[in-house]
This record gives sequence, structure tokens and C-alpha cells, in this order.
Amino acid sequence: MAKVLVVTSGKGGVGKTTSTAALGAALAQMGETVVVVDFDVGLRNLDLIMGAERRVVFDLINVVQGVAKLSQALIRDKRLENLWLLPASQTRDKDALTDEGVGSIIADLRTKFDWVLCDSPAGIERGAMLAMRYADEAVIVTNPEVSSVRDSDRIIGMLDSKTVKAERGERVEKHVLITRYDQARASRGEMLSIEDILEILATPLLGIIPESQDVLRASNVGSPVTLNDAASAPARAYTDAARRLMGETVTMTVPLARKSFMNRLLGRRAA
Amino acid sequence: MNLLRLISGRTATAPVARERLQILLAHERGLRGQPELLGLLRAEILAVVSRHVTLDPEKVIVRMERGTHVSTLEVDIEVPNGFERSMAAAAR
Repeated sequence: MAKVLVVTSGKGGVGKTTSTAALGAALAQMGETVVVVDFDVGLRNLDLIMGAERRVVFDLINVVQGVAKLSQALIRDKRLENLWLLPASQTRDKDALTDEGVGSIIADLRTKFDWVLCDSPAGIERGAMLAMRYADEAVIVTNPEVSSVRDSDRIIGMLDSKTVKAERGERVEKHVLITRYDQARASRGEMLSIEDILEILATPLLGIIPESQDVLRASNVGSPVTLNDAASAPARAYTDAARRLMGETVTMTVPLARKSFMNRLLGRRAA
Repeated sequence: MNLLRLISGRTATAPVARERLQILLAHERGLRGQPELLGLLRAEILAVVSRHVTLDPEKVIVRMERGTHVSTLEVDIEVPNGFERSMAAAAR
């Protein structure tokens, strides 16, 4: 049974594309057949993060408009044979996407893959609406920062009202993924803690991705962070999150939570 | 209390962020979806009452007040004079 999962946030720059690539690759490493779909028409970047930017020939819009077949637009990952990318168009505008067109592509992808990961554009406009429209599950990427939490709350409201599932009276299964988390700063009361964010958003936690230089390092070379350095803290956090998506129970750890002697002395507590 | 914070003299800002968000989101969640719900309630109330009494649609006001613990729904319908007479006529 295929699962359609939207990676969304409302706010831009919080790590939607990074998270889509990392979760997609982690699921594929676990043996699932996965397609990551870029919905950011006009500002595509998932191809770049996946390292497939030079292999894009056809895109989502071409398929919607019948210019290309789905099989012609899908790009197979060079590292993992069960990981695929459906790129967005770079030249067209977002109005080229239609509800019916997206619906038929998603239905087609459901028959071919275990997971369909939709990378949403920022904002709450048409592109973001269409990315979440047919989702069964949603990952809401949130930074521990006021504007990101506010926008996540708004997106949660949309997931509960504007999706096909919501209109049928069903629920989109929602998860919060906290990215760019800095344990030390949260402990010092300089950053919203995990508890604060979860209490405010009242949505279960999928994972905590630590602020890390490894994320930029991976994007520089066009590799999902889970493939680029599987032992790095963000890669481990994303892999744990992917295992939770698969239904496994994985203990929630705050990555890089090395409690030094000084921290203990100063009474800093783990978030 | 955090020893380092005492030494550095910096105050924790996260509790401020948390409080601001809680207040803001309580307000924004209240606004969300409300126009649709109130419009729907208003239309249905108007339809039901109009079956029995001739009403000026402009005189049907539906208002929602949100409090911390309970919210109230206020329905204010102005009926024209002679309303009792038409009811009595209908009963006869």
C-alpha cells in the first residue's frame, strides 16, 4: 500500500528540500521503493540537492500536460536503484499545475512506489496546496524559532481542512520534524525547547535534526545527507525519523546530547 | 536557575518566545475557519426561521465570542411587529 507524504512548513528556508531528500534516501536504504517529487515549480531545487540537476529532461508539468510520459520524467538515483526523482519545471509558472493533473500523477505514482514524498514549495498558495492535496501523511518541518512555529501552525490548519482526506472526513497523519535544533542554546533558554514546540503545535514528533555543518557539506556535493555521511548526527537523526515513518518504535534522542562535566556542573538539563 | 546565565547576566528569551506564540496562536486559531462556520450557521438559521416568519435577512446577526475557557454563540434575530398575529393565524 503506497503512502503519499508531503514535506511542508509554510515558511521558507527551514529545510523542506533537505528533509525530503534525506528521508527519501533513508527510506530507500531500508529497501522501500521511493519517489521524491518536487512541487516547487519555477524554483526547483530538489534535483540539485539530489545531485541530478544535469539529468533533468522532462518534468512534472510536462507530464501533467501530456508532453511526456511519467516514465520519461522519472530520474533514477545513481547511488540507490530504488530511489527516483520527479523534478519540477524551472521555466514554467506554478499555474501550470492543475488539481486534476496532480491527482492523476499521484494516483499513477501510487501504483509504482511504496512512498511518494512531495516536496512542497514555501507559502500557502496554490503550489503548497497542491503538494499537500493528496497526502496521506505530512511532515511539518519546523525550526525552533517563532515565525517558523507560527507558519507550521497555519499549515497544520490547512492539512486539517484543505486536503482530500480532510474533505472526506478522514485525517492526514501529521508529524513535526524539528530541524536546526541546538541543544546547548535550548538548554540555556535561548531557543524554544522541543517541549515548547510540541505543546504549542499539539502534533507528534517525528525527529529532531541538530544544526550541523554536515547538511551544507552534503548539499554542496549533491547528496542527501543520509547518503553522504551516514554516521553524521543529522544523518542518524533522519534515519531514525524514517524508521519511525516505517512504524518502528525508535527512542527519541536529542542528537549531539553529549553532557559534559561543565554542563552538569552548571545544571543544564536535556531538552 | 542556570549558573552561567547568572554570571553572564543574559536572560533567557525562549520563555518570552513561547508566551508570545501561545497568545498569538490562540488568537489566530480562533479566526481560522470562523467566517465559513458563522456564514453557514447564519444561512441555516435564516432558512429555518423563514419557514415560519418573514424575516429581513439583514436583521439576522450571528456572532462568536471566544473566551479562555468557553466560547459563546450569539444569535440576534429581529422579527417584524405583527409576528404574534401571523403565528396565531397559522395555528388557527
